[in-house]
Amino acid sequence: MKNSLDQYLDLYRTNRTVIDAHSAPLLNSCREAAYESLLGASLPTQRTEGFEKTSIDEMFAPDYGVNISRVNIPVDVAASFRCDVPNLSTLLAFVVNDSFHPSSLLESKLPEGVIFSSLSHAATDYPDLVAEYYGRIAPAGDVSVALNTMLAQDGVFIYIPKGVKLSKPLQLVNIFSSPVALAAFRRVLIVVEEDAELQMLVCDHTQELANSYLVSQIVEVSLGARSRFEACSIEESSALTSRYSRMFVRQESDSAFTYNSTTLTCGTTRNDFEIDLLGEHCETMLAGMVIGSDRMHIDNDSVIRHLSPRSKSNQLFKYVLDDKSTGAFEGSILVAPGSKYTEAYQSNRNLLASTEAKMHCKPQLEIYNDDVKCSHGATTGQLDNDALFYMRSRGIPEAEARTMLMQAFMVDVIDTVHINGLRERLLHLVDRRFSGTLGNCAACHSKECR
Amino acid sequence: MSKKLLEVRNLHATVEGKEILRGVNLSVNEGEVHAIMGPNGSGKSTLSGVLAGNPAYTVTEGEAYLHGVNLLDLPPEDRSHEGLFLSFQYPVEIPGVSMVNFMRAAVNAKRKYFNEEPLSASDFLKMMRQKRAIVELDNKLASRSVNEGFSGGEKKRNEIFQMAVLEPRLAILDETDSGLDIDALRVVAGGVNKLKTDKNATIVITHYQRLLDYIRPDFVHILYKGRIVKTGGPELALELEEKGYDWIKEENDN
Repeated sequence: MKNSLDQYLDLYRTNRTVIDAHSAPLLNSCREAAYESLLGASLPTQRTEGFEKTSIDEMFAPDYGVNISRVNIPVDVAASFRCDVPNLSTLLAFVVNDSFHPSSLLESKLPEGVIFSSLSHAATDYPDLVAEYYGRIAPAGDVSVALNTMLAQDGVFIYIPKGVKLSKPLQLVNIFSSPVALAAFRRVLIVVEEDAELQMLVCDHTQELANSYLVSQIVEVSLGARSRFEACSIEESSALTSRYSRMFVRQESDSAFTYNSTTLTCGTTRNDFEIDLLGEHCETMLAGMVIGSDRMHIDNDSVIRHLSPRSKSNQLFKYVLDDKSTGAFEGSILVAPGSKYTEAYQSNRNLLASTEAKMHCKPQLEIYNDDVKCSHGATTGQLDNDALFYMRSRGIPEAEARTMLMQAFMVDVIDTVHINGLRERLLHLVDRRFSGTLGNCAACHSKECR
Repeated sequence: MSKKLLEVRNLHATVEGKEILRGVNLSVNEGEVHAIMGPNGSGKSTLSGVLAGNPAYTVTEGEAYLHGVNLLDLPPEDRSHEGLFLSFQYPVEIPGVSMVNFMRAAVNAKRKYFNEEPLSASDFLKMMRQKRAIVELDNKLASRSVNEGFSGGEKKRNEIFQMAVLEPRLAILDETDSGLDIDALRVVAGGVNKLKTDKNATIVITHYQRLLDYIRPDFVHILYKGRIVKTGGPELALELEEKGYDWIKEENDN
């Protein structure tokens, strides 16, 4: 049987020197061990537990190009940026495929000590700092992590030193663009030290829609004691885009982490969230919103491990699926022995707007302790016919009434976002997504880009 | 002479295959108030649902015209635009949809139907303020989600408020008195009376005579087993109050 890993192992074997030549020594130093660990391994298939609905093996099987020589790919930043990214006051950078491009004067706008830069540059300029975290939060022996480690040449490094509170959110716009089918191995490392605060917005876009893209993204996040990190990620990619994004978070005591993952458009998306609550009194809010149509496939998978007493976690994932789209959610909460007074909640609510859309959900709780408050709930249903008739009887046309109800369904997920101005923008994006005018400048009534 | 507003002929309807309406005939002119009374399960709510276009009901026979427009051909939203309004017995809660957005969508959909421009934000809010006063609806309710967390009385007031905004030609009030205390009943009935003109008409569906003390009907119909079996003036309601429905049942079951 053909193993989809083979082509990547071949690529590495034959191009080691080229790969190393265009990256940083620290990143290069991890490749060999990753390569060794992958020999004889294989990527998860639908027979692998936890991947029943999404085969990573199939996702990585096509023959994509990998831009290991780092040929500069021109990209029309203004076009993808034009209206789908909110007009928030942010500190902005772009990642084209996997290479980092700061907006003009970005560095001069950052407070002293804060780093928001290319990962490979940071690994060259601050090798000790990056080495403390790189590859140490994500499990090195995991197949898809090792694959990323073996091939990743760049990505993003964010460092907020002790006690620094950023007054403006950082914004990262990921843009896929290539004249041929392309796979990008992107690596992101976010370090928020003790008592520091960071807000962040991440947007994913695709250009050259006729090409297929694959992104392997590993995000490692370290949150120091009493730090706060809130982030919102909005994916608006194309039908031919596959994404396997994995986020590994380590929270020290009294830290607060809020994350909202929104998928508006995509091809095949799998997002993993693994969050370890190492210290006491940590708070975690993990929210997800998915709007599926056509043949989109979106699979979100979360693991939250309560490893100390007195921490709280909350998960809210909502899907609206139309046409032949499919969704999956698998969420597990682990309360380790000794983690007394844990509060952990999980909710997954879904609406199927067509007879062919499908949703699979698998909530799991593993509790090895007394004195905890935990709950999980999952429901999948259809739009409320009574509400629909009530609205129509007041003159609201059926299509508009359906849109209003679907949007209303998402309101509590959007309410988890506290970044100034972003909530309103998300409502607007969701409204346009449901009314079919997303990414269509002519139909947009926004005054923000005129 | 006043013009004919609603004409229902031999209307038959089923729900889940079961026949509920078995040949209703009803004629309502402009300026009139009609009361439809009847025991539980006689088809009162089905009649209002069928006229408003609730997809849960299937019309199997008969006709219904509103000022000459064939209602049965129209989706519920167009029936509303043509001037039909149903005040629900159980108004639906819609979490996440604010009253303001709900009413704006309703008002502008109607304007679009008649090729009019949407109302400006300031004109719309001004209209909301004026109409709210008719049923003494609290401003706080208007900023909440539709009917969510409203008391029974607030929900019914909200129905009449929506009626005031939409200015229907024919309003059907389905058990508007159920769940109302006497003060709320007075406010709701007062709202209905304020909205009455010689160009519109009202059908009041009720169990009890009580509401008819506040909204005076010109005609009272008794619906029993899916048919209107008796029609009279206001005195018929009083007779029902006194004697109950048993004599109607006896007259018709034998």
